[in-house]
Amino acid sequence: MVKEPLSLWQIARSRGYSRRDFLKFCGYLSAALGLEAGQARALTKALETKPRPPVLWFHFQECTCCSESFIKSSHPLLADILLDRISLDYSLTLQAAAGEQAEAAVTETIKNYPGQYILMAEGSVPMKDDGVYCTIAGRTALDGLREAAEKAMAVIAWGSCASNGCVQAASPNPTGATPIHKLLPNVVNVPGCPPIAEVMTGVVAHLLAFGRLPQLDSQGRPKAFYSTRIHDSCYRRPYYDAGLFVESFDDDGAKKGYCLYKMGCRGPQTYNSCGIIRWNGSTSYPIQSGAPCIGCSEAGYYDAGPFYRSLPAFPGFGVESTADRLGIYLAAAAGGGVALHAVATNIRKRRLIKRELEGSLKDKDLKAGKPKDKTEKTEKTEGGA
Amino acid sequence: MAQRIVVDPVTRIEGHLRIEADVDGGRITDAWSSGTMVRGLEIILRGRDPRDAWAFCERACGVCTTVHALASVRTVENALGIVVPPNAELVRNLMFCAHYLQDHVVHFYVLHALDWVDVVSALSADPAQTAAIARSLSSWPKNSEGYFKTVQEKVRSLVASGQLGIFANAYWGHPAYKLPPEVNLLGVAHYLDILEWQKEIIKVHTIFGGKNPHPHYLVGGAYSAVGPENAMTLNAERLALVGKLIDDAIQIVDQVYIPDLLAVASYYKDWAAIGGGVSNYLSYGDLPTRGIGDPSGFKFPRGAVLDRDLSRVHDVDAADPGQITESVAHSWYAYKGGDAASLHPWEGETDFSYTGPKPPYKNLEVEGKYSWLKTPRWKGRAMEVGPLARLLVGYAAGQPEIKEAVDGALAHLAVPATALFSTLGRTAARGIETQLIARWMKGFYSDLVNNIKNGDTRMFNGEKWDPGTWPAEAKGAGFTEAPRGALSHWIVIKDGKIANYQLVVPTTWNGSPRDASGQRSPYEAALIGTPVARADQPLEILRTIHSFDPCIACAVHLYDPHGRRLHQVRVV
Ligand code: SF4
Ligand SMILES: [Fe+2]
Repeated sequence: MVKEPLSLWQIARSRGYSRRDFLKFCGYLSAALGLEAGQARALTKALETKPRPPVLWFHFQECTCCSESFIKSSHPLLADILLDRISLDYSLTLQAAAGEQAEAAVTETIKNYPGQYILMAEGSVPMKDDGVYCTIAGRTALDGLREAAEKAMAVIAWGSCASNGCVQAASPNPTGATPIHKLLPNVVNVPGCPPIAEVMTGVVAHLLAFGRLPQLDSQGRPKAFYSTRIHDSCYRRPYYDAGLFVESFDDDGAKKGYCLYKMGCRGPQTYNSCGIIRWNGSTSYPIQSGAPCIGCSEAGYYDAGPFYRSLPAFPGFGVESTADRLGIYLAAAAGGGVALHAVATNIRKRRLIKRELEGSLKDKDLKAGKPKDKTEKTEKTEGGA
Repeated sequence: MAQRIVVDPVTRIEGHLRIEADVDGGRITDAWSSGTMVRGLEIILRGRDPRDAWAFCERACGVCTTVHALASVRTVENALGIVVPPNAELVRNLMFCAHYLQDHVVHFYVLHALDWVDVVSALSADPAQTAAIARSLSSWPKNSEGYFKTVQEKVRSLVASGQLGIFANAYWGHPAYKLPPEVNLLGVAHYLDILEWQKEIIKVHTIFGGKNPHPHYLVGGAYSAVGPENAMTLNAERLALVGKLIDDAIQIVDQVYIPDLLAVASYYKDWAAIGGGVSNYLSYGDLPTRGIGDPSGFKFPRGAVLDRDLSRVHDVDAADPGQITESVAHSWYAYKGGDAASLHPWEGETDFSYTGPKPPYKNLEVEGKYSWLKTPRWKGRAMEVGPLARLLVGYAAGQPEIKEAVDGALAHLAVPATALFSTLGRTAARGIETQLIARWMKGFYSDLVNNIKNGDTRMFNGEKWDPGTWPAEAKGAGFTEAPRGALSHWIVIKDGKIANYQLVVPTTWNGSPRDASGQRSPYEAALIGTPVARADQPLEILRTIHSFDPCIACAVHLYDPHGRRLHQVRVV
């Protein structure tokens, strides 16, 4: 028998949530997804009425960090509804049943909800040697994946393992670890090791609300979360533009929170929302905690090391060219609400950058705090952002 | 005639674990534990920058996030002779403790509780009585009748919806469930509370390491540049948040986890005589108070307890080549010396040799090789590692805080010390050490705050950061206690690069197949004698296996697909 799942609003109501709570939740989701007002209203309506599809969550070659991230989504309603787990018909991490009873849940969902369930894959699939490097219930990962994918409404590849193979696909990729999109069509890639919890729940919410995938980029990633580089939203960006860098993890620049570019930061080539959404209830992100970004959401990031060697300058990128593009940033910011102060600060710092490039400002001058007046201005600006 | 039963996948664990067991007369007479997934991290590590190794190793496991990164930076520091500043040691201790708190509490409620708590039975509970029981156990403010009623309604609507999600197809109503409905309701309610709280405590990782899972680590110290008045760095406000998170954690542990654990345990005392398994226990020790180089200052002592003799602690030197060996008699690898050989990790070989059935298969060939885990031994003995091993070693060593906590719990449950050697003992040990850790964490926190107040802001020792300062060749070993037990990494550095990297992981000690002489490892040994009321419902097997908190991604070995000898490289 084909069953009709309950809508999110029906579930929320049965759990004692007021309409106001529900609307707040919808507002939160809309903001996370970057929806405009019209779309946001559509999202609210859809969540009220659309049935909620069951979820089959598979684990292949992975470390379960994606599941761990998912259960750390910060919004309580999100946790209670999306993470409520009543939709999670199959999850090795969370489900009560094991063995045959767990596998039976997969079969039943495929049978009862054809075309209505979401298939989520955490981990890569080992393609070498007939797949003996990952078996579940005596079957290969590929076998289980293909069967469940056939009648799935959508397929989401969680994390870098499923999106690009992550660490196990790094050279020499001993098991033939293969990302899901190379095995199935129309896969949403949600890279990151792990992806940010709110990105994960945001993608799910979009799917639930609109019954279709969010807008994807050429790599199959949801544009809402992966269209800008960490570098574009990084709060240390003014220091980058000013040429003020951490040169050792215990130097004066580190204590002032300067840019981590020279310590190997991968922010300039990493597309993710860490600088905007931040991690674990917007508490921080690696750069904010003084650690250079390692680019964990980019394909091949493990072979792009060593991590602490600074990125080479490449065309269209570099201290000077970025500074030169500030005019463009400014124009874009006027409509988009980007932190204008930061950009203005960048422009004020061009003189300083120039001086550094011309060699009139020595390293020791920077360390001695000569540009201090500028720094303090930046800190104030950033503190308020 | 024994009946062979198979549990695959074992759920509510990390990774891919399969158990096959023979059941005869309602009891398990033999068991085989198999890890069914490999990735091969160690070979990938070769030739890399040792300062990067933490990031690769950390991805061994997202549940044990941080522990491999910690072991890795310690290993590199050991090889290069780097001593980290006291503040960095304190930051690492704080991250260690935060991880234990999150991991152990989540294990009890999310991974283990459903083995003891019957969710459907909670429907027939009287919420008023649940509230009365809860109030008699603790002063947790949410223990009201109204609260439990709301939770019960949630469960009722869930069951009525027909979409049971993670609770579907489970073992509700199984005769091995012994809790009264009211206590079941208590357990379900706190399951939901814990899911909310666990998002908070890990913010300690976010503050010091930028994110969780997989916070960032640093060879030579910690990233947190200190600037108490600086909005950009580790400042007074961030430190205050850490303090508050610790206080909240202490409240959750004291008022929710421990009372629930003791309440549940009191109904399952028969499980204090089930699931003992091997009789030897190993701990590397951790939580340094005088630097990692001085194990005598560890909160968790280092040592081994043999034959359950708590009057004696045996010295452990994990780096001594005579102490730790691994064999592959029943693992899908081949040694040049044959299956009878056992090798120290430094001499280890990792030649892939899958001889199992071609998938799809019904049964493994357990007479031969049947797992991707190798089999480690300490002086030839099978050793249990984990919370119970840590407490037993600490108890035998006379660590006063551990002794007091263990004696207190035994007295509360009115059971003798021998009750510890069991499924229930393992589960109780996890709770007891969580309570200790929450308090120790508070101490590390005030030490850090005091140091900073007194003007010591050092977090990083950069003397050996530049590979130009390294010797042409260096070897190192690093040890920690992961929540699941003793964890060690080994490194060989040549010309600034990793020539060899190895990990020996807790779940390999506990979940490995038997060795060449037929000695069973802890999972297999613990399952023997476990009752099985219904052969088609593996509830009791899950209880004992979950009491170890398996983590299989951590435990799988490296292999080389071309059959080359991978000298000294293995992933455990
Ligand atoms: S290089 Fe890194 S730290 Fe610097 S601005 Fe870009 S993302 Fe931020
Ligand atoms: Fe693990």
